[in-house]
Amino acid sequence: MYARISESDRLRDYIRETRLLQNRTLAAAVMVLLLMFALLARLIYLQVLNQEHYLTLAQSNRISVVAIPPTRGLIYDRNGVLLARNLPTFGLEVIPEQVDDIEATLRALNQIVAISPADIKRFRRLLKQKRTTHGVMLRLRLSEEELARFAVNRPQFPGVDIVAGVTRDYPLGASTAHAVGYVGRISEDDLDQLGDSNYSGTTHIGKTGVEHTYEDVLHGTVGFEQIETNSQGHRLRVLERTPAQPGRNLHLNMDIRLQQLAEQALGDNSGAVVALEPGTGAVLALVSQPGFDPNLFVNGIEPRDYQALQNSSGQPLYNRALRGQYPPASTIKPFVALAGLELGVTDAQRSTFCPGWFRLPGHERKYRDWRHEGHGAVDITRAISESCDVYFYDLAQRLGIDRLHNFLAQFGFGQKSAMDAPGELAGLLPSSAWKRGARKEAWFPGETIIAGIGQGYMLATPLQLAVVTAALANRGKRIAPRIVAAIEDPLTHNKVARSSAPLNTIQLARSDRWDIIINAMVQVMHGERGTARGSGAGATYKIAGKTGTAQVFGLKQDEKYDKDKVAPRLRDHALFIAFAPVDNPRIALAVIVENGGSGSGAAAPIARKLMDQYLLTPAP
Amino acid sequence: MTTLESDYRTPARNLAQKLHVDLPLLTGLLLLSAVGLLVLYSAGGQDPDLLLRHALRLTLGFGLMLMIAQVPPQRLQEAAPWVYSAALALLVAVLLFGDHAKGAQRWLDLGVIRFQPSELMKLALPLMLARYLGQRRLPPGAKRLLVSGALILIPVALIAEQPDLGTALLILGSGLFVLLLSGIRWRIVGVGALLAAIAAPFMWHFMHDYQRTRLLTFINPESDPLGAGYHITQSTIAIGSGGVFGKGWLNGTQSYLDFIPERTTDFVFAVYAEEFGLIGILLLLILFIAVIARGLYIALCAPDHFTRLLAGSLILSFSLYIFVNIGMVSGLLPVVGVPLPLISYGGTALVTLMASFGMLMAIHTHPKKPV
Repeated sequence: MYARISESDRLRDYIRETRLLQNRTLAAAVMVLLLMFALLARLIYLQVLNQEHYLTLAQSNRISVVAIPPTRGLIYDRNGVLLARNLPTFGLEVIPEQVDDIEATLRALNQIVAISPADIKRFRRLLKQKRTTHGVMLRLRLSEEELARFAVNRPQFPGVDIVAGVTRDYPLGASTAHAVGYVGRISEDDLDQLGDSNYSGTTHIGKTGVEHTYEDVLHGTVGFEQIETNSQGHRLRVLERTPAQPGRNLHLNMDIRLQQLAEQALGDNSGAVVALEPGTGAVLALVSQPGFDPNLFVNGIEPRDYQALQNSSGQPLYNRALRGQYPPASTIKPFVALAGLELGVTDAQRSTFCPGWFRLPGHERKYRDWRHEGHGAVDITRAISESCDVYFYDLAQRLGIDRLHNFLAQFGFGQKSAMDAPGELAGLLPSSAWKRGARKEAWFPGETIIAGIGQGYMLATPLQLAVVTAALANRGKRIAPRIVAAIEDPLTHNKVARSSAPLNTIQLARSDRWDIIINAMVQVMHGERGTARGSGAGATYKIAGKTGTAQVFGLKQDEKYDKDKVAPRLRDHALFIAFAPVDNPRIALAVIVENGGSGSGAAAPIARKLMDQYLLTPAP
Repeated sequence: MTTLESDYRTPARNLAQKLHVDLPLLTGLLLLSAVGLLVLYSAGGQDPDLLLRHALRLTLGFGLMLMIAQVPPQRLQEAAPWVYSAALALLVAVLLFGDHAKGAQRWLDLGVIRFQPSELMKLALPLMLARYLGQRRLPPGAKRLLVSGALILIPVALIAEQPDLGTALLILGSGLFVLLLSGIRWRIVGVGALLAAIAAPFMWHFMHDYQRTRLLTFINPESDPLGAGYHITQSTIAIGSGGVFGKGWLNGTQSYLDFIPERTTDFVFAVYAEEFGLIGILLLLILFIAVIARGLYIALCAPDHFTRLLAGSLILSFSLYIFVNIGMVSGLLPVVGVPLPLISYGGTALVTLMASFGMLMAIHTHPKKPV
């Protein structure tokens, strides 16, 4: 068809088509212009005719999302005494976007409420992290007076607001400092670890003790509020609200009466008391003396207060119950004796003659008994009840350090107890392998001798001593200690018990070996020549115990220790472990009185008071 | 021959023509890019890195434009069916093996680069249609109209399925532009529009939930001020509060207080309008119109049907992007993800755009073969 079209026709057609296309292009140009004018009309409508309206909207339009921090769970003792609570408090918050001159505002504010350099430092740090539409906390815990002064002057400070909040409070102060611990302001390190929005409204986090271990239980779930605020930052209305879910409450195994009695009994001495319920692992008391006021730490401790605590000779911040590592001294003897029985090195009848000293065959050095004149012939029961050193020098030498180590390790010596509180130390249960590894030295036979009476390298924490005593009371059944008894839902008040998982059980070839040792420990308390018979006297229940006296500094050969001649801080530590009633143990404890002199004199009486209190006084 | 073509055929070709650069177009594009950098510095929170990345992309884009400008239009015409087939194959591939990003399957991961085949189709479809329709008599008859319809609707359907309704509509637009320019009767255009209006309620049935929400919030943005309507409410507030003179560069409260969403990409115009006001907008629109006018001029001067249709479709698509983006940001159109050409941050759309300007320059600067 095209083939027959003449050249000129084709050209004419082409020109016609070109003209059509060009006309269409021009039509398109007109269309584009029309559309552009439509846009322009819309923009003129927005920017010229309605500028006022939109300007107002832009200025007043401040829809922001505010996190509602959850209420932290409460902490109670086993009898429902409140140990950690939340008190209402008022703080000062700055919304940076609404403050023209932050520096001037800070200066002017300082005239009305006290703002410390630490507050300002923290404020500046937060300022960098947060969006400018969000409030940044400047001061926490305004006093009533400051609150009133700011309320009067508030119109002068646009963008500065009072925020109501809660602060953590520990009504019993020092009594709970070490066990319950405390919360503190969230640090940058904490933030790095958390890294989630659940803490976006939260200012504090558990730093130590149960507050730290159970942080996820206590904290709860954050809520959110979408609010519309005016250009001054005041709330106009809440658009949407997701309430926060409060944290769950903790019920501790701790008996605060026992705790406070132990503190009183320790008096001005430094020391530690740990009391457990052997059957359950429940921690009844966990005392480290001296304590400190945990409330100081909640909102940032003043450097002056911190210095004072740091420099105090009693080292109040040091948790002796968990971190104090002491030579167990004679409190180790029942366990060494048990090792001797179980490994066939001794039996109930065998006697050793104690002349007041012991010498390794072929060695010159004399190892002294604490009683200079000696105990004469002693069997295993007397060796424990009168705490004869020579019997155990001999026993340890015949056991050898590694067999002793392996047996004692079953009880948990030299290991952390897996309690639900942070910071525990493991103590030290030496062996020849340990010494080769840690000290790069061979084990000397003399070191075995003193290990037999819990001196030398051997170290144990008060918690550990309580744990091994509980294992003895349970005749080998070991249970991890637990501070928290139950977790309670604050809304439904449903309690979920947190039972402690049993650890290993120590199996002896003959179970009457337990009886031999426990009976010897009863003799310590109730026997005619028992070292702690003073503390056992008059008890209406049967106690098994063992005293210990740990040397703080070494005596030279033949030198005699005289309590009155040495400086107080070099005096022996007094130790005591016990459990009662013997037939059905309900409490096992370890008491350490630093520089207390002797276990029988300083530590055992404290234990007796606690046992009386716990076993004889009915719960409120 | 028209007079428009005559000034063009001067034998002495200057340097710009030898390099196949159209100076008026280049000037317009450079000025727009400068405005883009200026507003992105503010919109991006004065982030020098973001600015640097954008500048780098612009440089690459301009480089690509110059490269494509070297290709004679004849070669483009020859390649058109291949490019179209390849683009179609890639669109099928994306549906089968594509990457998911933000709930839609648009990307093809080629190991080294991630690639959006729908962008290639933005160029491939006008090329294909211009070649197909430009070969024969114009206006096209019924049969060729039907084939053209199929050439348009197949890729549009594939892209709508990803789902990327915005791009699908833009590509539909670029195809319809070719048809419109090819001189189809206005009556057919009218019937087509009527059919589309009737089909619209049925389309609703096939839409995704988020697309329906967008349409509903377009009709009534206040219905959901914190959800889907938030973008539009906040961007109209930003534009309106800018007024005639604007709040000044780096002083837009809406953008600095985080109220404008996507403020470096799709909603960058709101930042510009807030800070530079109506005066700034007029300046920007004049620049855009100048570039469009130059593009249409190139189309008018083009030597044959293929290049006329191609140039016209490409520059009309450019106009459409501008209209859709500003219309969307100012609340005149529903929200579809279309960046503002040369101003919005982002690389993919820029590459396509600069390639199309490269073609325009090629059409205008290569020596014409006698008809």
